[in-house]
Amino acid sequence: MEIGLGHYLTVAAILFTIGIFGIFLNRKNVIIILMSIELMLLAVNINLVAFSAYLQDLTGQIFALLVLTVAAGEAAIGLAILVTYFRNRDTIEVEDINMMKG
Amino acid sequence: MTFIALFFYLFASLAIASAIMVIFARNPVHSVLYLILTFVNAAGLFVLIGAEFLAMILIVVYVGAVAVLFLFVVMMLDIDIAKMREGMLAYLPIGGAIGAILLAEMVLVFGTWAIAPDAMKMAMAPIPTAAGVTNTEAIGLLLYTRYIYFFQAAGMVLLVAMIGAIVLTLRHKPNVKRQNIADQVARNPSTSIEIKDVKPGQGL
Repeated sequence: MEIGLGHYLTVAAILFTIGIFGIFLNRKNVIIILMSIELMLLAVNINLVAFSAYLQDLTGQIFALLVLTVAAGEAAIGLAILVTYFRNRDTIEVEDINMMKG
Repeated sequence: MTFIALFFYLFASLAIASAIMVIFARNPVHSVLYLILTFVNAAGLFVLIGAEFLAMILIVVYVGAVAVLFLFVVMMLDIDIAKMREGMLAYLPIGGAIGAILLAEMVLVFGTWAIAPDAMKMAMAPIPTAAGVTNTEAIGLLLYTRYIYFFQAAGMVLLVAMIGAIVLTLRHKPNVKRQNIADQVARNPSTSIEIKDVKPGQGL
């Protein structure tokens, strides 16, 4: 039983779908939404690394490294915004975030 | 080969199961811990496929930094967990429908898709096959030469993220005394000492 590219792509697709599902499911909890975004970025990374190994091209792994960097920065900024928002409003419900409209 | 397959299915099933637990766990702290489990299993998958450096980076960056950051924030914010959960069932159908549509699309794409036969020859940076060149060494040889500007750009992204996070969360309370280094440096004897001439027997 050989593990090929398709197996890794399947795992990545399932993880990505779980991430999307998590965003829709936890509409109130921003922390879980951020975690779902991290899951989706992880799925993208698995895709990049799987293709890199399959095509014998190291560029995919370099790009996965850059995606990792952006994911770390995004988590830091997102959580900082979350902390600031919680200080102002005492809640983290997404549906209440309408201060910036018009 | 069956050994590799065994470990692949172990890591893959654990990663997917813990990813499901991330979005369904009642307590956000448990969600973070399941997220860590997902990342560790993904690192295992990376090791299996031959990307050891990325696997270790995944553990260091995600488990060591990002997940701990999440853990800090979850524990720092006083969230009403029960209130967060209500209305979750209302979003289940639409979320499930969109997830199912997306998964079906990806299955259709992956099912009918094939790699072009000459795609292998178009590799930008072929993985060195010579013995003794490890994955980390190969990435280093490529990252610090051809992709040096991207590496620098990644550093700039992290710098901007760091400054942004500090600026967003730093706050000045009105009644807290803060150190003013310029004032301290500018002090001299004439501004800090006052000499009183006390007459004998009189006091001040």
